[in-house]
Amino acid sequence: MQIDLTVNGKRASLDAEPRLLLVHALRDVIGLTGTHVGCDTSSCGACTVLLDGVSVKSCTVFAVQASGHEVTTIEGIGTADELHPMQEAFWSAHGLQCGYCTTGMIVSAVDLLKRNPDPTDEQIRAGLEGNLCRCTGYENIVKSVRAGAKAMREHAPLHSVRDLMPIHPPAEAPPPSGEGIIIPALEKALT
Amino acid sequence: MIPAAFDYVRASSVDDAIRLLGEHGDDAKLLAGGHSLIPMMKLRLAAPATLIDITGIPQLDAIRVEGNRVTIGALTKHAALAASDALKKSAPALWDAANQLGDPQVRNRGTIGGASAHGDPSADYPAVLLALDATFTLIGKGGERKLPAGEFFRGMFDTALGAGEVLTAISFDAAPKSAYVKYHHPASHYAVVGSAVALTLNDGSIGAARVAITGVGDAAFRAGRVESALAGVRAGDDDAVAAACAGAASGQDARSDTFASGAYRAAMADVFTARAVAQAAGR
Repeated sequence: MQIDLTVNGKRASLDAEPRLLLVHALRDVIGLTGTHVGCDTSSCGACTVLLDGVSVKSCTVFAVQASGHEVTTIEGIGTADELHPMQEAFWSAHGLQCGYCTTGMIVSAVDLLKRNPDPTDEQIRAGLEGNLCRCTGYENIVKSVRAGAKAMREHAPLHSVRDLMPIHPPAEAPPPSGEGIIIPALEKALT
Repeated sequence: MIPAAFDYVRASSVDDAIRLLGEHGDDAKLLAGGHSLIPMMKLRLAAPATLIDITGIPQLDAIRVEGNRVTIGALTKHAALAASDALKKSAPALWDAANQLGDPQVRNRGTIGGASAHGDPSADYPAVLLALDATFTLIGKGGERKLPAGEFFRGMFDTALGAGEVLTAISFDAAPKSAYVKYHHPASHYAVVGSAVALTLNDGSIGAARVAITGVGDAAFRAGRVESALAGVRAGDDDAVAAACAGAASGQDARSDTFASGAYRAAMADVFTARAVAQAAGR
C-alpha cells in the first residue's frame, strides 16, 4: 500500500506491504543505513529514530503506521561535514568502540536532552535505558552525553569529521610494503 | 523478523473501529502503540489478518482528573502518564508503574489501553489497576459496558475484552496514598514481581488497604489475606507491616522460569508488598 513519510525533512513515498517495518523501509527502501538492526526485539535500541520528534524503536513500528508522520534518523541529526554536538561529543569522549549501538545512542541522547537539557549522570543512564552497548561498559557513553549536553547548552560550533581527524595519511603516500613487519626471529625461522 | 502478511486499516472514530471489527471478524486486531502486539507478530505468536489502527481516534489520549475521579483514555501513552503531575498527586501508584515500565522508547509508543488489553501476566498495570479498583469502559456493537479490573483481567493473555469491542477508558477514584514497586527484570523490563498498594490512614494506622500483585501467577491478583491483615497496623511499624504481608502470594500457583523459581517469586511478593506499603504510607 501507499506510504508517504517525511524523512529528515524530505518527502518519501513508497509502495510496500503493511508488514514492512519502519527500520527496513529506512534502510532497504530509502537507503538510510545509519539506523541499525540489533536485537530486532525492541530491546537494544540500535534502531532508534525520532517519530514526530520522540524516540521510538523502528523495529517495532510498521512503516505504514508512520505514514503521514515525520521521521528523523541519525542522518538528519548531523552529517560528516556538520556533526551534531552530540556526535562530536561521542567522538571526543570516546563514547564508542565498535559503533554499532552509537547511532541509536545519539538519537536517544538527543531525545533525552529535549526534555532535560542538563541531566545528571543518573538521569542520563535512565534516559539511555532502552539502548544497549556491548563494548564500552557505558562509562564513556555517559561522559559523551554529558559533554554533548554541555556543548548544546553553550551552542558549540559544528565541526566536520575532517576537522576532527587531521592526521590523515596523504593520499599519495605509498602503502606500507610489509617488509619491516617480519621480526628477525621469525625471519630466521623462515629461512 | 518479518510478521505474517496482514491488511491495514485506520479507524477514524470508536464507532468506525467497531464497524471495522464487525466487518473483518475474529481475525482482526486493534493496533494502538503496538508494543505488545508487534513483537508477538514478529515472533509469529500472533498473525491477525487485519490490523485496525486506532491511534488516530481523537479524545482517547487524555488524562482527566475531575474532583476525586481520574479517567485515563485508553490511547494515553506511558510517557504521558509518567510525566503527569496530576497523576502523581492523585494516583502515584499508576505514576510509579508508568515510570518503571519498559524504557523511554517503549514508553513513547505504548499505551495503557493496549498494555491492559494484552493481559500479560508480568505486566505492571494490572496490579495497579486492581489495587485502584479501576473501572474499564468497553464499547461494542451492543453499546457500552463497564467492568471492574477484577473482572477484566481473567488469566494469562486473557481479558474480558470481547472480539468486537474497543476499550476506551480506565477510571478510578483518587488514591493519593498508593504505590507500586517492582522487581525489575534486567533484560525484559517486565515485573518479576510487582506489588501495588492503595491505603487509607487514620492517625498513622492503616484503615483500608487494597493490595495486588503481578508477575507471580497466571494473572495479577488481589492479595485479600494481606489486605485484611494490614487493617489496623501502624504504618511505621516495619515488623508489623512485614508480618501482615507474609504469604502475599498464598493460594497462587507461582510461576517458575529460568530467572526465578515459583518459591522465590512468592518470597519476593512478601518483600515487595511490604516495601509498597511503606512507600504508600509515606506519601
